[in-house]
Amino acid sequence: MWTTKTFLTKTKRGNILKIVREHYLRDDLLCGSAACNVCPHKDDEYVLDPKPESICALFDYPHYLVLDTNVVLHQIDVLEEDALTNVIILQTVLEEVKHQNTAIFQRILDVIGNKKRKFYSFVNEHHKDTYVERNPGEKQNDRNDRAIRKAASWYETHLSINNVKGQHPKIVLITDDEKNRKMAQEEGITCCSVKDYVENVNGFVGLVDKLSKNVIPESCSKDALYPAHLTPAEIHSGIRNGKLHQGTFHASRDNFLEGTATVNGYEKSILLQGHIGINRAVDGDLVAIEVFPEEEWRKPSDIVLEDKADDPGDLLEEESVLLNAVKPADNKNEITPTGKVVGIIRRKWRQYCGILLPSKFPGATRHLFTPAEKRIPRVRIETRQSDMLASQRILVALDSWPRNSRYPLGHFVRALGPIGDKDAENEVILLEHDVPHARFSEAVLACLPPNDWTIPPEEIKKRVDLRSICICSVDPPGCTDIDDALHARPTATAGVYEVGVHIADVTHFVRPATALDKEAASRSTTVYLVDKRIDMVPDLLSSNLCSLRGGEERLAFSCVWEIDENANILSTKFHKSVIKSAAAMTYEEAQIAIDDSSRNDEIARSLRTLNKLAKKLKKKRLDNGALLLASPEIRFQVDSETHEPLEVQAKKIMDTNSMVEEFMLLANVSVAQRLAEDFPQCALLRRHPSPPPANFEHFLLAARQQGFEIDVSTNKSFSKSLDEAVIPGRPYFNILLRIMATRCMMQAVYFSSGNHTQEEYYHYGLACPIYTHFTSPIRRYADVLVHRLLAASIGADVTHAELLDVRYAAALCDNLNYRHRQAQYAGRASVALNTHILFKYRVEIESAVVLAVKRNALQVLIPKYGLEGPLYLPSDMFTYNEENHMQICGDVTLKTFDELTVRLSLDSTNLQHRKLVFQLVKPFVPGFSYVPEEQKEKKPEQMEVDKEQENLKKRKDTAQSKGSKKKSKKK
Amino acid sequence: MPATDLLSSQGLRLDGRRPNELRRIRCRLGVFTQPDGSAYLEQGNTKVLAAVYGPHQASKSKLSTEGVVVNCQYSMATFSTGERKNRPRGDRKSQEMSMHLRQALTAAIKTELYPRSQIDIYVEVLQADGGAYCACVNAATLALTEAGVPLRAYVCASSASMAAAGAGSAGPEPLLDVGHVEEAAGGVVLTVAALPTTGHIALLEMSHRLHMDYFDIVLSRAMQGCRDIEVILDRAVRDHLAEGWTKQDVMTI
Ligand SMILES: [Zn+2]
Repeated sequence: MWTTKTFLTKTKRGNILKIVREHYLRDDLLCGSAACNVCPHKDDEYVLDPKPESICALFDYPHYLVLDTNVVLHQIDVLEEDALTNVIILQTVLEEVKHQNTAIFQRILDVIGNKKRKFYSFVNEHHKDTYVERNPGEKQNDRNDRAIRKAASWYETHLSINNVKGQHPKIVLITDDEKNRKMAQEEGITCCSVKDYVENVNGFVGLVDKLSKNVIPESCSKDALYPAHLTPAEIHSGIRNGKLHQGTFHASRDNFLEGTATVNGYEKSILLQGHIGINRAVDGDLVAIEVFPEEEWRKPSDIVLEDKADDPGDLLEEESVLLNAVKPADNKNEITPTGKVVGIIRRKWRQYCGILLPSKFPGATRHLFTPAEKRIPRVRIETRQSDMLASQRILVALDSWPRNSRYPLGHFVRALGPIGDKDAENEVILLEHDVPHARFSEAVLACLPPNDWTIPPEEIKKRVDLRSICICSVDPPGCTDIDDALHARPTATAGVYEVGVHIADVTHFVRPATALDKEAASRSTTVYLVDKRIDMVPDLLSSNLCSLRGGEERLAFSCVWEIDENANILSTKFHKSVIKSAAAMTYEEAQIAIDDSSRNDEIARSLRTLNKLAKKLKKKRLDNGALLLASPEIRFQVDSETHEPLEVQAKKIMDTNSMVEEFMLLANVSVAQRLAEDFPQCALLRRHPSPPPANFEHFLLAARQQGFEIDVSTNKSFSKSLDEAVIPGRPYFNILLRIMATRCMMQAVYFSSGNHTQEEYYHYGLACPIYTHFTSPIRRYADVLVHRLLAASIGADVTHAELLDVRYAAALCDNLNYRHRQAQYAGRASVALNTHILFKYRVEIESAVVLAVKRNALQVLIPKYGLEGPLYLPSDMFTYNEENHMQICGDVTLKTFDELTVRLSLDSTNLQHRKLVFQLVKPFVPGFSYVPEEQKEKKPEQMEVDKEQENLKKRKDTAQSKGSKKKSKKK
Repeated sequence: MPATDLLSSQGLRLDGRRPNELRRIRCRLGVFTQPDGSAYLEQGNTKVLAAVYGPHQASKSKLSTEGVVVNCQYSMATFSTGERKNRPRGDRKSQEMSMHLRQALTAAIKTELYPRSQIDIYVEVLQADGGAYCACVNAATLALTEAGVPLRAYVCASSASMAAAGAGSAGPEPLLDVGHVEEAAGGVVLTVAALPTTGHIALLEMSHRLHMDYFDIVLSRAMQGCRDIEVILDRAVRDHLAEGWTKQDVMTI
């Protein structure tokens, strides 16, 4: 049924275009209430109870709640709590929320979707009795408020029809807008503010804590600490006439009073300093910036400055510390465009993990919260549970930042667990890196095959049967998600081998558009923490049915080549297959099998052939210009019960590592070529852009100091000069050079072939014109898609709509790249966490190398552990030579690539930011270098000086040295 | 390529229609006296005029002994879209539309009845808001009926699109009678001209690629639209005739 009444909505756009849109009003929209006697509801269409029990002391009769837009936008944490039910969400509200914040929109949709919550979304905009037209001159917001009031009063009368008077549920309008409340009261609508309502709710402890302290930030001009932000209209016109600039604010990690923003039209990012310069911008916010005239430009302070430990109240302290540090630079090259934030275009706030800093006053409800992310300022929250929360990791949401508050206001969301508890710490890592890690939902688990699933005979018939071939897998020890297996055997032609790479056939189980598929796509990748793995697909698939275990029949997607002795590819074919891996080996076992000349079984022969071919393939690849890069990867030995790390060491690399890698690369390239041919528009590929020359600046300088000219013009020349840069007697030098080269690189990214030109497909690091990911479908979603495309290409499976949709592919690539990056960061954070646990009771003296020279520190790497961190140098002892990136103290010069001896210990003074402290041991700098105890005794006068210096340092620096010194004494 | 965000979580489209609903259609036959048949038709905010001349003797160049030659001319008024553009008659787009119109209408007209003759059909889009072709076919059918040209059946045209499943939206679900906003969202638009009573498809056109999986449901939704339109056109014709008879009766008496 559709009504024939048409309304015209007029909108004006840009160059004044009148747009007339149809707007149909309907008479078939339901109110969703079981108390209704009018609408033709079907049984399953009742959402709201006939007689809802009131939980609010202010309204002791049955009622439904109608919320306004700001309540949904700001109080989503309250709404998500299982407390308020029988709530009507109007379409007017939903659309405004969608427009303003997609994340909250998704969350409110989830609440509406949860049947138990009894949230009903009423389409008031298309209901013939609740639609209101915008009056001439009326603001959109006012019209929307009027629409909300209209719907509220409609419900009231609608429910009273055919009902005993006073028996039907009433409507309570929840809004924090005083003007709106007043008008509603005039119209006879019962209304209430969120605060009043929630504070009078009985039986839900902690609900009040979740109330957002949303104050209209610019309204508090009394006692204002910060200048007011410009209005959106002022910002808009400022940007249009070029006076203001738009950019994303990046807070400094080291200095809480400093940040930068990248804007168009300036090569360098704009420096923003001080409380006023930053003016309440939070890391990630989109801000409007006014750039100062050039004579006021400064240089970044390069100092470490943390917010004070105690709560100074709503005062902005003197910024002299900062201002002293930022004397205008003499060197023109050093200054950076400087400016200030004048307005916020869009907040990019999320929920933050951290710890509570309870107020010193007993019984106080206002406390400070310190986020784990250093770039985020402290937050003022209100809670009555501070005693309980003080020992917990908690999650907090930001609400607003009024002009008269030193800190932004926020509210408590939930507790994650005790500080220091391994699970709670892991939870923090996962949340901070936006890693989806909830348990798999019922809907997802329902997509799984039964636990005792075996390959059905008809499936075997459809596939190439490779069960009789000796296939084996080679992986790191303890690997349970085995993606790949290999084989090689001679063919009838002499000197030609058949080589196969067999990849777990995940897409046989993960069918498109199922709940399982959607979940895997959203997760995008398996995330590996040191002691925990967050699977992309449920365990049954990842560690069992898909994993190519030794001795078990498994489904696989095979890529089989004919390769001659010189590693030339003669033919390539792809097919789905059934395999039975002869052995699941570790790299070490495989290496032993190859080296043990007494072994002559099929596995050993196969491995030897593979190894031989892999070496030739690798040589070809390197000759082509592929870069051999290095990164200091470390491995923890973890206690199997407590999950505490026991030992850390740099990862060992064996021949067999590179053997497996070589064939995986080959398979990926072969698949990429095939996909690009068959799907020119929507093949999922991976590219690695060549780095811009600016990335190499510091690297080249450091290499030159060591006497090497590195040619970075092409990857081929780069690779060649890296190979030649060897210092006899310093075997680690070349590795270090490669580690540093890695850091000059760009990120490799997934993309859809239709969105880039063929030249852009190039993979710089691998020096191949086209590349993709095919070999790890258990732990990467990109590979799942590639499997589907390849299956369609060879006719083994049908395509489906989303697979060939270019726009969908682009959106998917964005998610893949984002998740991929976040997973890497999460992994690193986990390594840092475990390092800290490991060094809790340990102090070591180790050899180290300098990776980079900073103004007040050296970035050092400990090759043995693959650990790196800053070694701070006091500025009154060391002089920084900016031109040559050197730190000089007397006759000691420290520069990149120098080898040092350092002392490693853990500084736990700050529970959230525990860090490894590196102290210089060698070369010996009197008064600065750490002197081991026994030496001190031998040289008493030295100790005197040392102690004095220590004291000096204590005062100057943070309390770092104190902590470590205590520990060393204990030892 | 289904477009996202075309269908709300409550199952309504941007303008408040359900997926299987047509836009409001209003039409009138006999709006001009000069031509042999004429009609005005509104489909939502898309408004078109159609005029039919003939059958009359064909000009020498076009003459066919097989049957009547159907000559179509499609044009758009300068003021038909938000931005006023001068649209030369006979530009590429108009020519293409004319050809498509001719194909659909020729399929409906009993051409074999009038050899050596010609029928001229002129359609003018007064206001374009998506689905102009469909409105033109529907209006031309009415004008042909008024002109008394024998038809095999009503020829009706309708479009359909595909809404993708997205955050906060239902779907995938085919959408009937695509308006300009929905067209602009970038989804595929499938246009069908059909003779619903006989089940013949006279023309089928698609704006983008559409995956096979969706083709059948989108096509059947468009066909459903053609059947719904036929009902509306039929009622309009009957109303017009009823109105006409009473007037004539009054005149003769
Ligand atoms: Zn009702």
